[in-house]
Amino acid sequence: MRDLLSRQAVNLKPSGIRKFFDIVSEMEDALSLGVGEPDFDTPWHIRDEGIYSLEKGRTFYTSNSGLKELREEICHYMKRKQGVTYDPLHEVLITVGGSEAIDIGLRAVINPGDEVLIPQPSFVSYEPCAIMAGGVPVIIELKAENEFRLTAKELEDAITDRTKILILPFPNNPTGAIMERKDLEEIAEVIRRHDILVMSDEIYAELTYKEKHVSIVEIEGMQERTILINGFSKAYAMTGWRLGYACGPRVILEQMVKLHQFAIMCAPTTSQYAAVEALRNGDPDVLEMRTAYNQRRRYLMHAFQEMGLECFEPFGAFYVFPCIKEFGMTSEEFANRFLEEEKVAVVPGTAFGDCGEGYLRISYAYSLDNLKLAIGKLADFVERLRAEKK
Amino acid sequence: MREELLAIVERNSRIDLKELAVILGAEEIDVVNELEAMEKEGIICGYHTMIDWEKTSIEKVSALIEVRVTPQRGQGFDNIAERIYKYPEVTSVYLISGGYDLLVTLEGKSLKEISGFVSDKLSTLDSVLSTATHFILKKYKDHGTILAKKYEDTREKVTP
Repeated sequence: MRDLLSRQAVNLKPSGIRKFFDIVSEMEDALSLGVGEPDFDTPWHIRDEGIYSLEKGRTFYTSNSGLKELREEICHYMKRKQGVTYDPLHEVLITVGGSEAIDIGLRAVINPGDEVLIPQPSFVSYEPCAIMAGGVPVIIELKAENEFRLTAKELEDAITDRTKILILPFPNNPTGAIMERKDLEEIAEVIRRHDILVMSDEIYAELTYKEKHVSIVEIEGMQERTILINGFSKAYAMTGWRLGYACGPRVILEQMVKLHQFAIMCAPTTSQYAAVEALRNGDPDVLEMRTAYNQRRRYLMHAFQEMGLECFEPFGAFYVFPCIKEFGMTSEEFANRFLEEEKVAVVPGTAFGDCGEGYLRISYAYSLDNLKLAIGKLADFVERLRAEKK
Repeated sequence: MREELLAIVERNSRIDLKELAVILGAEEIDVVNELEAMEKEGIICGYHTMIDWEKTSIEKVSALIEVRVTPQRGQGFDNIAERIYKYPEVTSVYLISGGYDLLVTLEGKSLKEISGFVSDKLSTLDSVLSTATHFILKKYKDHGTILAKKYEDTREKVTP
């Protein structure tokens, strides 16, 4: 057949993580620090609600936007945590993970040629989703010297008269960077002045280790121009349930509901019932997991210090992003050799954008015992590389 | 710091003190002082080891015994509880609300040894009205630890 495939799809770069995954999965006994999901099981009372909903025969579609009960709980949650009010009927949409919300959120607002500002290093989906929505991705390279935060200057410099929306990926995967209130206030001024939209991906909102997470929607004049994305995967260890949500202005949400309705119909019903339980009674679980992550984070920072590996202290998500520039290798070379020689998988920073060169993403979604084992191997490896250089 | 410290040592009392300080983001000396203080205050009452005796060749039998007693004037249940908990084969004694008064757990080498203890020592105490002995057949979970299954990481090795 002539012209079998969509050129746009063919031209999308495959995810850098996929490539690495293929290598790792061939090694049977490899240790991994490469996982982007919690190591905890979903808390039992949440799983139990899912099972119970199946027993009761809740096996049908929900409304396109999702269970009303769940949307109401999300509004309570936003009020409780961020102090902002959303209307459960028109300003909340339940999606299949945060990922779907990224996709349809962009498709709901992008016209051909609109520029989408994407700070990197960041999650792998923003750029391809922007392209498939007909937008033009414009990359903002975040800097280690700013602790990988987005500054007002960097934002201002990237804005043109075609800029439509800024993606704001904090707390950040892969760097672990966060944006604090003062950082958000500074960029909010630029955003309001240039009258652009924001897509704030706050999937790691519950996992911050300094002050409690601040959302951009708390800043004056921002809620009405922000699509806020969150979900259950990271906070409640529910990755496999595939459940996220978007909150935003009614005019945008109406379009998102349409796209969602035609592509997906509704998010999984079982997951939605379980999520209601998560929001109602899951706070203690979140606290327990956050405490454990924080202990591991401290352990890693200490270990890097001991081996003299440069790393800014991240205060969000469950990743650290150490710098390996001293070894004169690319991230990919380092990760490949580390895997080959020590059988430990870490993800090269370049999987999250070109400016991730010289860094590694190390996940601490592992038990302390596992971390100790893998970090011991990293220390050996680093020592060997330094000896080689001499 | 106390709450977090207790939560950790409750699960792992053998944790290295230096490591404990690192993960708590505290100085080692402060952690040591805090632990000592809590030992003195009787908050930390001991550091035990959890053993799944089933996996050893050593025979052990445990039982839960419900005991109904007559409380004594001025002493309540304390006196009789003390008489029971002084036996070394008794591993715990709880005062219970509901249909009976004391729940006693017992560890012995054999069924015979346990039944002997109940009939000879426990039932013959003056204030004991009746006992009901339940032998433990299998421990699935103990002290918050699941004995039946080992944790297995079934996640994909690398994910975004």
